[in-house]
Amino acid sequence: MDVKQVFRTLSEAPGVSGYEHNLVELIKQGCPWADEVRTDKLGNLIMLKRGQGPEPRPKVMLAAHMDEIGLIITDIEKEGFLRFSTIGGFDQRVLLAQEVVVHGRQGALSGVIGAKPPHIQAPGEQSKAVKMEDLFIDAGFAGREEAEQFVQIGDLVTIKRPVTELQGSFLAGKAFDDRAGVAAILECFQVLSTVAHQADVYGVATVQEEVGLRGAVTSTYGIVPDIGIAIDVGFGDSPGLPETDTIKLSQGPGIAIGPHVHPKLHNRMVEVAKEWNISYSLDPSPYPGGTDAYAMQVARAGVATILLSIPLRYMHTPVETLDYQDIKSTGRLMAMFIAGLDHEFVEGLTCF
Amino acid sequence: MLLARLTEANGAPGQEHEVRDLIRAEVEPYAHVVKTDALGNLFAIKNPQAPGPKVMIAAHMDEVALMIVGIDKDGYLKFRPIGGVDPRILVAKTVVVGKKKTPGVIGSKPIHLQRPEEREKPFTIQEMVIDIGAKSKEEAEKLVKLGDIAYFTTAYEELAGGRIKAKALDDRVGCALAIRLLQEEVSFPLIAAFTVQEEVGLRGAGVAAYQVEPDLALVLEGTTASDVPGTDEHRQATSLGEGPAITVMDRSVIPHPQLVQELFALAAEKGIKVQARRSTAGGTDAGQIQLSKTGVKVAVISVPCRYIHSPAAVMCKDDFEGAYQLVKHYLARLEERAGLS
Repeated sequence: MDVKQVFRTLSEAPGVSGYEHNLVELIKQGCPWADEVRTDKLGNLIMLKRGQGPEPRPKVMLAAHMDEIGLIITDIEKEGFLRFSTIGGFDQRVLLAQEVVVHGRQGALSGVIGAKPPHIQAPGEQSKAVKMEDLFIDAGFAGREEAEQFVQIGDLVTIKRPVTELQGSFLAGKAFDDRAGVAAILECFQVLSTVAHQADVYGVATVQEEVGLRGAVTSTYGIVPDIGIAIDVGFGDSPGLPETDTIKLSQGPGIAIGPHVHPKLHNRMVEVAKEWNISYSLDPSPYPGGTDAYAMQVARAGVATILLSIPLRYMHTPVETLDYQDIKSTGRLMAMFIAGLDHEFVEGLTCF
Repeated sequence: MLLARLTEANGAPGQEHEVRDLIRAEVEPYAHVVKTDALGNLFAIKNPQAPGPKVMIAAHMDEVALMIVGIDKDGYLKFRPIGGVDPRILVAKTVVVGKKKTPGVIGSKPIHLQRPEEREKPFTIQEMVIDIGAKSKEEAEKLVKLGDIAYFTTAYEELAGGRIKAKALDDRVGCALAIRLLQEEVSFPLIAAFTVQEEVGLRGAGVAAYQVEPDLALVLEGTTASDVPGTDEHRQATSLGEGPAITVMDRSVIPHPQLVQELFALAAEKGIKVQARRSTAGGTDAGQIQLSKTGVKVAVISVPCRYIHSPAAVMCKDDFEGAYQLVKHYLARLEERAGLS
């Protein structure tokens, strides 16, 4: 199984928060290493790989969200143009002149995000960003009646962007946040299929992270893990961003340290990285929100959690950029961490 | 499909070779003479020695694009537009750079790290870069050199409602029309001029007209359609689906009034839907052709295109067909008038 190819397919597939169902089958097909696969009531996909230790085995949950930010149709204009709102955080400036896919009632339709042309803008307008409310989708309809045969209010829209191969192992595309994390789980499972591990591993592709970490809440409750590892994307080094806010691409995952990271998990993860010669960055996270780790940590009676961040440039834009090697090394780091786990370490997590 | 191949080909002002080669192969079966000049204009000539009016149909091959003007120490490419590009449309797009068509992206700061007021201000050309995934200046320099061109990567695609989406419809739509029109049977000299460098100041057309010395020139364009929300109706230069647009006046030219009237009358006679271009902004090759030597009678016939000069323009196939029919009938009318048929 070529996980990189699975990742590309996942990136190009639609799955806006709350509507991740198209991804489930693709992920299942990309994960031949699971012993058991199920979905829960919210749509989280849970892939179990059993350990070889005696029962009861430690339980490790790996969580990466499969949902992406997207758009939703809010109105159909008389002239056939579609008005939209956003699901998840979009910078209004990245939407102009973007190609999109409108997921209409009779199937997918291509469209373009337009705004009024520059030559009829008032002087000075070009020095202002086009506002979200002034943007619209042009899918070619000549009028409302024609449009309504294909599209209804509430239909979802995703960015149309095939994965682009850049230099080396760099890739650019949409929804790398956080299909990259899902791919890291698959990479981890692949490695685990070749090494012995005591713990049961639950790989979870969570839903609705972008609208409030919701899938992680129910999936963690259901699994009751001893250890929770969230894999998400982190701000990669890029022009105009201070070094302190970013982690470097091509240097492996960021290992977070902060209130949402159990100190013993952090230390162990760093040890494992050093032991197996896996490069990593330290990723200080003073603000703990914004990833599934935050929700997992306070499930039930509390879970020891850690966050691994795959460096990603241009987050929440249609040209998110990463180094695939970072996904691979994140998967390998998790696998080696899991391979070294035993009951003793897990019990120690509640002893402060 | 011809228009698909034309729009997916790349041709910045002064670097039209890919488009020119494609057009040359298309026109060779229909022209008696095919030649180029010192600037790179391509001429396809029918009946060069025949009597009758010398008619030029002109379309420009070039498109707006980006030129690489710097490579920084981390391997990012700095660029400037060639031709009129609103910097706001560049963010979060994919491009290909240089001869090797190295893929790249124009990224931007993540929303999470912005202050809300930042989102009101557009990114400037100065702060945007192309990221090709190179890890250093040295690595980037193996693939890209200063002066290389970056192009949008948009695929030609049919949308709903008989519309199509593509890059560079301005003016590959004119090129496609000229190629098709050259297949008409005429007895007078018909010269299709595929011009260069329109987007940086109508540079090729003047030189072309000087050589052709036409009695009459029809400029075929893709013009701005502003029939979109937020635009008052009286400010909509052209509308999709209302037929080809005939220019009465723009910044560069006042086309010959008699010729303009003839085109409107012919459209009415033949039942071809046409519209007047209802804006005086913008300019076309006609401005240069009209002033060539002792002057040339010109008209401009355009296919309305929304979002021109952006990665993805949208036009209506019926308007293209209408433009073709109108010019075809006009050529037939010239044939009758010259007593050639």
